[in-house]
Amino acid sequence: MRRLIRRIGIYLLAIWAAVTINFFLPRLAPGDPAKALFYRISQHGYVNPSLLNALYSEFGYKTTDPLWVQYLKYLNNLLHGNLGISTTYYPNTVGDVINQNIRWTLILLSVSVLISFALGTFIGVFMAWKRGSSLDTTLSSVMTFLYSILYPWLALLVVYFIGFKAGWLPFSDGYDLSLTPGWSLDFILSAVQHAILPAFTIVISTIAGWMLTMRNSMITTLSEDYIMMARAKGLTTRRVMFAYAARNAILPSVTGFAIAIGTVVGGQLLVEIVFSYPGIGFALFQGILGQDYALADGILLLVIIATVIMNLIVDLLYTVLDPRTRQEGSA
Amino acid sequence: MSQPSLTPGSPASLGGPGHVSTPPFQPAGMTMRGESDGAKVLAMLRSARRAIATNRKVAIGSGIIAFLILVALLGPVFVHQDPLKYTLNLNAPPSGAHWLGTNQGGQDVFAQLVIGTRSSVFWAFLTGVLVVLISITVGLVGGYMGGAIDDALSLLTNVFLVIPSLPLAIVAVQYFSRTTLTIALVVALTNWPWGARVLRAQTLSMRSREFVTAARASGEKTWRIIFSEIFPNEISIVAASFVTTTIQVLLAVAGLEFLGFGDTTTISWGIMLNQSYVSGALLTGTWWWFAPPGLCIAVLGSGLALLNFGIDEVADPRLRIRRRRLLRKKAGAA
Repeated sequence: MRRLIRRIGIYLLAIWAAVTINFFLPRLAPGDPAKALFYRISQHGYVNPSLLNALYSEFGYKTTDPLWVQYLKYLNNLLHGNLGISTTYYPNTVGDVINQNIRWTLILLSVSVLISFALGTFIGVFMAWKRGSSLDTTLSSVMTFLYSILYPWLALLVVYFIGFKAGWLPFSDGYDLSLTPGWSLDFILSAVQHAILPAFTIVISTIAGWMLTMRNSMITTLSEDYIMMARAKGLTTRRVMFAYAARNAILPSVTGFAIAIGTVVGGQLLVEIVFSYPGIGFALFQGILGQDYALADGILLLVIIATVIMNLIVDLLYTVLDPRTRQEGSA
Repeated sequence: MSQPSLTPGSPASLGGPGHVSTPPFQPAGMTMRGESDGAKVLAMLRSARRAIATNRKVAIGSGIIAFLILVALLGPVFVHQDPLKYTLNLNAPPSGAHWLGTNQGGQDVFAQLVIGTRSSVFWAFLTGVLVVLISITVGLVGGYMGGAIDDALSLLTNVFLVIPSLPLAIVAVQYFSRTTLTIALVVALTNWPWGARVLRAQTLSMRSREFVTAARASGEKTWRIIFSEIFPNEISIVAASFVTTTIQVLLAVAGLEFLGFGDTTTISWGIMLNQSYVSGALLTGTWWWFAPPGLCIAVLGSGLALLNFGIDEVADPRLRIRRRRLLRKKAGAA
């Protein structure tokens, strides 16, 4: 329990640190991004006064407040969920843009990460069990290659060869744009179809990590005495493999999951960009292209908070999986 | 210290240098003290050579890395075309004149790939070095000093471990001028926590060893104890963490360049990917433009990963296949 509280403290600190970095960077940066942005917007002709005000408060431009007051105002805005106004999707606020896009990202992310983790771990168990076999060596080599692949590059290949050339599956947008979003069967089918290729890309580029972690951890566990004992008792192979070996070997994978999640989320943002998927990754890219700082910052803040929450879930899961951590907490 | 749950040898995945639980390269005869630094370096080199000779993964991995470093160094000697020169021969498929065709600006893709190797390889390794330097400083100082300094550094490490590095890097890089140096610095500042944590754990276990106590008793300065007594004994871990870190930063730099934060007056693999994507290479079907740079990144990454997995096998006999088979035979015979 104490361990968990300490972890939560670290998570809150992490969010605060990210927010603070986010506040100070534009003010420290050379060349005054606010002025540049102001200039660019005013070139488009008429400027909405409320947009200007939003910019001022976002960057502390043309304000007489001392830095710490600006900082407190900024924190206050964030606490009220006020992330500013997006210049790319003007007049939408950043909150609106995120609201429209977040569910696409969440669904795609959770489905593909779960598939990848489950499948990778499962195959890893077999690789370790049959180690040294041709299955193990072939998969190991392929996985070494996949392990070091750049997500968006794989996405480009998939879009081009499977989507564009072969035309098997749709490769851009989240659904058929002629349909109206809703709970109709047509729409859901279309959304699923559009999600297959992005999900496939994420699974392929993340599965290697799970497989190799599980394989190596399994190999170490398989040489434990209790495995030999279980075999000697004449338990079935399946029982030894899953209930004895995999059950204990999975802990490093769960830890790895917490560490991976940040990388996976970052990678997913890049994959969405290539697929023009209507998630926050694509919105982020639009924000970067248009130098829409408020949008980019808002999305990144959200990603950081999401990562922190997922870390917390993994911590809870760990307590369930490893009784030793429960004891340690009470000690 | 928090997070007792993390086993030091956890994720092979995702470049987390948690892979380095056992010090690789540590030859049996290598003692902690009493050998000169020169002898230690020689011993390291000797065991590295032995690792290359006995482990196929180490051999292939170092071969790939050596080849790409050679291309980075000597490529410009053999490729005389200006990779940035625009011509009128647009989107030409691969041919004898243009081995990998030309892009939308009529630039030679092969020339870009070869010249770009220098930037990608150089910055990956340099950033890797930067990351390792930060990790060493934070990890060793925290681990050795203990007390409030360690608490503060551990907290910092744990906080940055939670913040996802690519998104943080995007936040940081968007306000600064678009040079590769900016990207490298940002990537270095967002990727150090893993190494720092591994090194801190190792330093903790070293600080009570006899040679450290002896050095302290003889009145050596603290920074000398840290960097010339303890550090040389952690070289093997540093080396392994450098390899994994380099994969991570190679991908991170390329990712940021893909997003368009790269310096467009130069050429690198990541910038090639960005330019091909932004100018719609997918729709014009110029696969020879976007496929090769990503392949090169994956090949360099695989080389580093092979080296890393190989080092693991050298260090941890349980991961080796041959020995395991022998054991099983014995068990079968018994």
